[in-house]
Amino acid sequence: MDDSRLEQIIDTHQSTADSLIQILLDIQAENRWLPKEALERVSEKLQVPLSRVQHAATFYKAFSVVPKGRHEIHVCMGTACHVRGAPRLLDSIQDLVGIKPGETDSELKFSLETVNCLGCCALGPVIEVDGTYHGKMVPAQTGEILKNYE
Amino acid sequence: MSDITITIDGKQVNAKEGTTILEAAQSIGIPIPTLCHHPNLEPYGACRICMVEIEARGRTSMVTSCIYPVEPGLVVKTRSEKVDKTRKMILQLLLAHAPDSEILKEMAKEYGADKDRFEKEPSFCIHCGLCVRYCAEIKKLNAVGFIDRGTKREISFIPDIALKECWNCKECFPLCPTEALQAAYVFMKLLTTDTPNPISE
Amino acid sequence: MTRIQSPAALEEIRKDILAHRDPQKPCIILCSGSACLASRSKEVAESLEAEIEKQGLTAAVDIKKTGCHGFCERGPIMIILPEDICYVQIVPEDIPEIISRTIKEKQVIERLLYTDPATGEKITYESDIPFYKHQERLVFGANRRIDPKNIEDYLAIGGYSALPKALSQMTPEQVLGEVKKANLRGRGGGGFPAGRKWEECRNAPGDIKYVIVNADEGDPGAYKDRSLLEGNPHLILEGLMIGGYAIGAHQGYIYVRQEYPLAVDNVTIAIKQAEQYGLLGNNILGSGFDFTVKVHKGAGAFVSGESSALMTALEGRVGEPRPKYIHTAIKGVWDRPSDLNNVETWANVPLIINNGADWFTGMGTEGSKGTKIFSLVGKINNTGLVEVPMGVTLRDIIFTIGGGIPKEKKFKAVQTGGPSGGCLPEERLDTQVDFDELTNAGSMMGSGGMIIMDEDTCMVDVARYFLEFLTGESCGKCVPCREGIRQMLKILTNITRGKGKEGDIELLEEMAEVLKTAALCALGRTAPNPVLSTIHYFKDEYEAHIREKKCPAYSCKELIAYYIDPEKCQACMLCAKKCPVDAISGGKNLIHIIDQETCTKCETCYDACPPRFKAIRKISGEPVPPPVPEEARTITRRSKKDE
Repeated sequence: MDDSRLEQIIDTHQSTADSLIQILLDIQAENRWLPKEALERVSEKLQVPLSRVQHAATFYKAFSVVPKGRHEIHVCMGTACHVRGAPRLLDSIQDLVGIKPGETDSELKFSLETVNCLGCCALGPVIEVDGTYHGKMVPAQTGEILKNYE
Repeated sequence: MSDITITIDGKQVNAKEGTTILEAAQSIGIPIPTLCHHPNLEPYGACRICMVEIEARGRTSMVTSCIYPVEPGLVVKTRSEKVDKTRKMILQLLLAHAPDSEILKEMAKEYGADKDRFEKEPSFCIHCGLCVRYCAEIKKLNAVGFIDRGTKREISFIPDIALKECWNCKECFPLCPTEALQAAYVFMKLLTTDTPNPISE
Repeated sequence: MTRIQSPAALEEIRKDILAHRDPQKPCIILCSGSACLASRSKEVAESLEAEIEKQGLTAAVDIKKTGCHGFCERGPIMIILPEDICYVQIVPEDIPEIISRTIKEKQVIERLLYTDPATGEKITYESDIPFYKHQERLVFGANRRIDPKNIEDYLAIGGYSALPKALSQMTPEQVLGEVKKANLRGRGGGGFPAGRKWEECRNAPGDIKYVIVNADEGDPGAYKDRSLLEGNPHLILEGLMIGGYAIGAHQGYIYVRQEYPLAVDNVTIAIKQAEQYGLLGNNILGSGFDFTVKVHKGAGAFVSGESSALMTALEGRVGEPRPKYIHTAIKGVWDRPSDLNNVETWANVPLIINNGADWFTGMGTEGSKGTKIFSLVGKINNTGLVEVPMGVTLRDIIFTIGGGIPKEKKFKAVQTGGPSGGCLPEERLDTQVDFDELTNAGSMMGSGGMIIMDEDTCMVDVARYFLEFLTGESCGKCVPCREGIRQMLKILTNITRGKGKEGDIELLEEMAEVLKTAALCALGRTAPNPVLSTIHYFKDEYEAHIREKKCPAYSCKELIAYYIDPEKCQACMLCAKKCPVDAISGGKNLIHIIDQETCTKCETCYDACPPRFKAIRKISGEPVPPPVPEEARTITRRSKKDE
């Protein structure tokens, strides 16, 4: 993310300390991760200690301090999906892609995350890939769905 | 500010409004164990070992004495079956991390805590937060902070600040109840500088 | 749009809006809540708009994209007005037929109607569908009639009537009094009387006060706040403003979790529109009352939904709970008096002001008044959002409205209250939905998640699941929660893997006591509830896992094996072909055998074996029979007519 865009985002929120999380959310949404330089700039402009910015960047699941893959797979592990078989589904995806939740594969193709409830319980178990929902999943279907992603 | 009278372990204490139960107890020499408390820092309320039993407004409950303000008619018990059971479990959970900590070993003797109740955990840090809070509130440098959350939470030094400031300061080192702080600092230095043997400096 | 200057002017605008609307004009309502969008409701909408245009009907037929209707199992849902015909599970390919037959020829398309699974009867009108018929959708019902992105829809159904009434005909004390009299209890989980909290905040010293909407909705399986905020954001805004007026707060915050982008969008649009119409900002409707609202997004932390943590997050700090003995209603955000309530709590406020406290207390039980919205999910036929008066039994919700358990499985437990709640078994099905009744039974109301579990659900695993969830969500500050949950999870994980020991249950109970007493916040203090309630009601399952290394529900992977019964196998090859790890050997007329070493317990074979053979069974607590020797594996398949 170039510096001027970073400045723009920070300025949209009036550079006040209480906008820290909102600013980080905007940077994450656009840049897909939070580089160290961005955290340092935010710390400087908002006059918030870098240790606090760093804590926020690592405390909240929405943020990533490492680059993410081109495609993000979110597996819902909400209670309803859990009783409908989400753990087995997650296992099959882990086996297929070769990574665990929170990780990205070495080619930066897929990032895998678990989410606690996408709110589509009628479709459980659900996975979401790049904003597209796939409902009523069974482990056997994961290969079919994931092979469509480059 | 008026004086408030409370009873701690049967003894009457007078304290100004805004005093905590811990401060009131200390003023008459009644010991309450603490781990995350420091007289010069804002109370943190995280270790939970200072919890005591109180009776107020007709109800009994357990409260954190380092934070709970005195109120008229308060009756405090710093030891009881419930208090001791709670402290024992907290110590056992912490001893899984730092079985060699002097402070923990002493408290363990008092409460009969078994250091082997739980399997050993890899990290020494007991998250008392003293280092983080001292650097933030007293030194105002914020050279060390927390990252992440839950069981993945740990202390982390900010290399740019720490490498500049910490060597000549180290005021937080003696505050650490375990070896976690020194270990974290040394580890950080090893990772971020080319100094061949920082320990020997 | 010029700002409306008075309640009278507002009524003029409302009359004007209604005058331009013909209730007899054909209107196609399409549910566009997040769950239906996940079921391709967007493509249906695009197809619909295209077809309407193609047929030259744009002026003659209205299309309204609403928020969630609640019957999520059958989405996308379409309602055709003025007849009130309800079509379910619409796909884009259905659109041309709907336009030509239903809109133009006024004919009902049978195959798109809801079919009652019990009677086989096809039901034409939404109000006749049993799922809706037995509900009392006072708060949620409006969702189906409004486009959340259009304030005029809200005005057309009578929205923003309570606010002018409060501002111009009632004093703040009177508004407060009405809400207290109504005994509106918090719908976010705590069940604390909202009126008392408002009063404490109102009486707290300080000129600057805040009112806050908690839309963090972290309980997995609960999404009623999402649907309310997405589908009817103005209802919540109106409630919030009335609360601000009663308390003396002029600044509101809406804390929404960022996992709800549609809710964030719709409430942001609603705020802009309300400002344009003069229903937000300075001197609202000429009353002299100023009020502004800010939206603040969460960033993925369940614990930040706890009220002190939420307020810390609003300050831009990391959302960890604070240990506190002074209520946040007195010292909250920036140490100022702050009233925080749940989305559904705020949504009830305009109804109470419009209809009166007596109307509200006329519904429900002695201790729990009004209605409650639940997200009925899990092993249930009619998954969706359900609103019922307090006092209805769990049995009625699950079986009468919910349609019972799918695939003819047996009900086992209902879980309410999320990670802070408990599981209630069959013998408790007649428990009334009531704050205190549910707590006395060993669970709690919670924010509204109601997860149904059947005979295939392992209750030990459910307890383990909730602790695993909390391990990832604990802020980590205090010892009992961070370390206590860590150790309890280890014990439970070992139990589900056949490594449980005598004494584990007692240790879990001992640790539960410490967490309940000593944890810093409600997350830690209520973390033991799922474990304790499952030990209480399902101890036999724990004992089976520990003593017999058996999972009675045949669910825990390490304790089960899949076995093909050689007496029943018809060597059809279906399971072998589908097995993702090639663990099944066999061939035509050769009995199939699962290689237990390779098997990953994914259950694909179990699902693939044709029901008429039912050759695969799950084994637990006993050794797998040795494979049939090579010579005995050849069979002759029964011919189809002998099966």
